[in-house]
Amino acid sequence: MPPSMSRDKSQAIARRRRIRNRAMLVALLALSALFYAITLAKMARP
Amino acid sequence: MNEPSALLPTATVAAPDPGLAAEASLRDWFTLLKPRVLTLVVFTGVVGLMVAPGHMHPVLAFAATLAITVAAGAAGAINMWYDRDIDAAMRRTRHRPIPAGRIPPDAALGYGVVLALGSVVVMELAANTLSAALLAASIAFYVFVYTMWLKRRTPQNIVIGGAAGAFPPLIGWAAATGSISALPLILFGIVFLWTPPHFWALALWANADYERVGVPMLPVVAGARATRRQIVVYTVLLVAASLLPWAAGYAGAVYGLSAAALGAGFLVSAWRVLTDRQDAVGRSLTKDAPARATFKYSILYLFVLFAALAVDKLAG
Repeated sequence: MPPSMSRDKSQAIARRRRIRNRAMLVALLALSALFYAITLAKMARP
Repeated sequence: MNEPSALLPTATVAAPDPGLAAEASLRDWFTLLKPRVLTLVVFTGVVGLMVAPGHMHPVLAFAATLAITVAAGAAGAINMWYDRDIDAAMRRTRHRPIPAGRIPPDAALGYGVVLALGSVVVMELAANTLSAALLAASIAFYVFVYTMWLKRRTPQNIVIGGAAGAFPPLIGWAAATGSISALPLILFGIVFLWTPPHFWALALWANADYERVGVPMLPVVAGARATRRQIVVYTVLLVAASLLPWAAGYAGAVYGLSAAALGAGFLVSAWRVLTDRQDAVGRSLTKDAPARATFKYSILYLFVLFAALAVDKLAG
């Protein structure tokens, strides 16, 4: 981050980055769960 | 410093704030997916899946629906990336995340491409190759044929490009059955014919914006009067097509009556657009009130029409 950035701005950036990282983690976990569920559903088909 | 647009020299795309670049809010990333467009697109896909014969496992149906949703969003994100120059110059779109500088263009493109690829993979895994191929084709059609080729070159951009939005019921059906037949093709045709009056109603009251950026929407190229006539023509064709599922025996009275009533409403709406109080060159003297009303009605129309089809199938 540019050294001239205010503390408020850098905190806002850090906060948004944390939120985005958590959202990506949730999305990846959800995708994994989806693949697992798809596998189970297809295995259950006659 | 703002980035000059190679596509539209008079427009500039705001450079991302160096402090906030790529740190846009989640809402901004969601906005890139054009969520207001998504709902109707996904709904038509779900109905296509519901009215298809046979049974699809709920998890697989959910995954297929999710794939359609994400694919539509991905296409929207790539569209926003490509159109960032004209979006910056249009009052209606200048606050979008890319022209407003909240999301870097390259990040938006990467986001869209990853979502597009992921949606096709999920569809292949959950359903079958046909539906995955149709999904990929719909994304490619929207991005390459409509966004990159037709939109800035011809007033028929909406007519041909509208096919992209007509794919979802076909994809839903293909996901459930692994094949295509007459009814999903009719549903494709209904959405295809719905698209011109829907978008031209919008274009009538957003004409100044499109004119400013040089997008050859029909009102810009042919004038408001010709556009009003075309809205009526396509509405007549749409209403006729909407009755086909009932006439051909694919749907019952619930759908038939609904289609007839909704169609009558659309025809009245289109007539009001045609007979709107106008000046000598066809410009509205009512701030395009009938066009705005028709735009809103068109969204309700498609939603209720497809809902009626689903209800008819469940009742039947």
